Amino acid sequence: MKNKKILLAYGSGGKLMHQLIEDLFLKNFNNEIIEKLDDSASLPSLSEKFDICFTTDSYTVDPVFFPGGDIGKLSVCGTINDLSVCGAKPLFISCSFIIEEGFDFEDLEKIVDSMRKVSETTGVKIVTGDTKVVEKGKADKIFINTSGIGIKDKNLKLGKEYIEVGDKVIISGTIGDHEISIISKRLNFETEIESDCAPLNKLISEIIKEGEIKFMRDPTRGGIATTLNEIVKEQNFGILIERRKIPVREEVKSICEILGIDPLYLANEGKVLIVCKNKDSEKILRKMKENEYGKNAQIIGEIVEEPKGKVLLETEIGSKIVIDMLSGGQYPRIC
Amino acid sequence: MKYIDEYRDSGLAKEIVEKIYSEVKNYNSEIKIMEVCGTHTMAIGKFGIRRILPENIKLLSGPGCPVCVTPQSYIDKAIAFSQIENVKIATFGDMFKVPGSYSSLEKEKSTGKDVEIVYSPMDALNIAKENKDKKVIFLAIGFETTSPAVAMTLKNAYQENVKNFFIFSGHKLIPPAMEALLKGKVEINGFICPGHVSTIIGSEPYEFIPENYGIPCVITGFELLDILYAIYLIVRNICRKEKPGVEIEYRRSVKREGNLKAKMVMEEVFEVYDSKWRGLGIIPLSGLKLREKFWEYDAERVFDVKVNETKENENCICGEILKGLKTPKDCKLYRKVCNPENPVGPCMVSSEGACAAYYKYEE
Repeated sequence: MKNKKILLAYGSGGKLMHQLIEDLFLKNFNNEIIEKLDDSASLPSLSEKFDICFTTDSYTVDPVFFPGGDIGKLSVCGTINDLSVCGAKPLFISCSFIIEEGFDFEDLEKIVDSMRKVSETTGVKIVTGDTKVVEKGKADKIFINTSGIGIKDKNLKLGKEYIEVGDKVIISGTIGDHEISIISKRLNFETEIESDCAPLNKLISEIIKEGEIKFMRDPTRGGIATTLNEIVKEQNFGILIERRKIPVREEVKSICEILGIDPLYLANEGKVLIVCKNKDSEKILRKMKENEYGKNAQIIGEIVEEPKGKVLLETEIGSKIVIDMLSGGQYPRIC
Repeated sequence: MKYIDEYRDSGLAKEIVEKIYSEVKNYNSEIKIMEVCGTHTMAIGKFGIRRILPENIKLLSGPGCPVCVTPQSYIDKAIAFSQIENVKIATFGDMFKVPGSYSSLEKEKSTGKDVEIVYSPMDALNIAKENKDKKVIFLAIGFETTSPAVAMTLKNAYQENVKNFFIFSGHKLIPPAMEALLKGKVEINGFICPGHVSTIIGSEPYEFIPENYGIPCVITGFELLDILYAIYLIVRNICRKEKPGVEIEYRRSVKREGNLKAKMVMEEVFEVYDSKWRGLGIIPLSGLKLREKFWEYDAERVFDVKVNETKENENCICGEILKGLKTPKDCKLYRKVCNPENPVGPCMVSSEGACAAYYKYEE
């Protein structure tokens, strides 16, 4: 719908808002639950065998459209991944839009279409939502909040408490693609790097049957350095990774060098870090590589006894350095 | 930019390290090598180079982080500029968090002052062109790598007759600072010279160092093999008592005469003057200020601001660290009070600062 703009009235609760819901959201997300348009979605009853998992996240990415995705795709994938890494099968998602007055209607349609596509391919239903339109300047284009519910097998043993010395650390693919695609767009760099933004529920459900996985997390903001530190924090073990084994695209490396930033600290939106039993690691890795979102997976390190609570990185010359969480921002260097 | 992996080849790196060990085998004194450039400091940390070198080779971090050597009085003045009505400060991200005597640009922004982070001087000029109602002051800091781009931007502003764009020049030159260090208390046996700066100025401006001070210099790149090979060349020169000179390891980027076009545009826009450095004081002919033709773009000439007396944290030893006299670990504040979330001095703020590099990699 070219040239149509989002008006304040779309968020007013009146006729225009209902039109928006029915003509755009309902048309895209339609199913037996959301079509009731109740204030909250009534979910089908759940079995005794499962735990319910519930998560929420808000998305404010700028630019809204970036190579490899947009805020809509990101908002659905992000919540699916948050559930998946907890070992849950994501089932239902809610979405709340905060839209700035004057936002292009056509762009909103594109965003919603991306959300629909992820919802369809993953089988995760978008079942409830909310829309607010704020005055121009009161929000930056569009913000989306999604919440998600999933179910988890009660027998699944996932948690830091199961991690032992000798366990392997696997990353599901190349790191830094998401943040570099965003930075490149902002700085008008010509690159072919696309965001890795992707739903990981299928990949995770495949590998979870393959061997003893102890812990999973998606290394989003702060990158794998931050996630690895979250894993070892206050634990009785450390992690040793090898830089040579960490998959990083050549172009990502180049842009990192130009800007003086470290790929270990770059955000990912379609990657999972896994800690698994040593003897199952090769089997899990093979299985991951069969999935399109895991084809560049690598074992990058292992759980070590010392130093406790720290992440060590072995450099190209065999020197070991401590890798801390992201502190402050990663500003491009100036010289 | 290609061939990064080639310059990080583990096998070759280990061979160079072995060569370094075999050179120093019969050399009993300490060899102190200063890497002048902050990007080298960061790379040395990132590759863990300090840890694998023979014990008698010490790497000192020099004054090559532009944010770090910018004196506090500059920050205070930039903050004073930000108080003027309709002024928008455009700055590199690294400067944003540096504490001045009483505030920082980051704090000023949170109280509603107009401060924007840019990635290049051209971005700042474009902001000026798009915001005619604003007076945009670009905080022009950096060494010979940055100043040609600022000079080009000013020429553009001049040609396009942009009237609301100004720069606050804090530009500095590297070779005079190296000379100031050599005249001071620091003992240096070899210099790893900056790659990017030398791409502009060439190798000639360092030639006085081996000639007058008998110290070998190697200009090198920022990858693992670049840095290791530079260390090897310096060590070999010293251990074999060869005649010191300026060697260019970074041939893929640096020529003896440098980049003539860039040097010309710098010459056209800027003139050198005695400039104040944090920690090093006033160094003769080490700074760049605008030539008369460009005075209408000089924020210091156009805007009259009152700046209170500079007040530095007495315990912060950034100055001595910049001179290579001390390392971050010698500082009382390091890690305890001063960290990247709460930086006391600029060496912890800048991603290229010695304290930030130590904090990140040298635990």
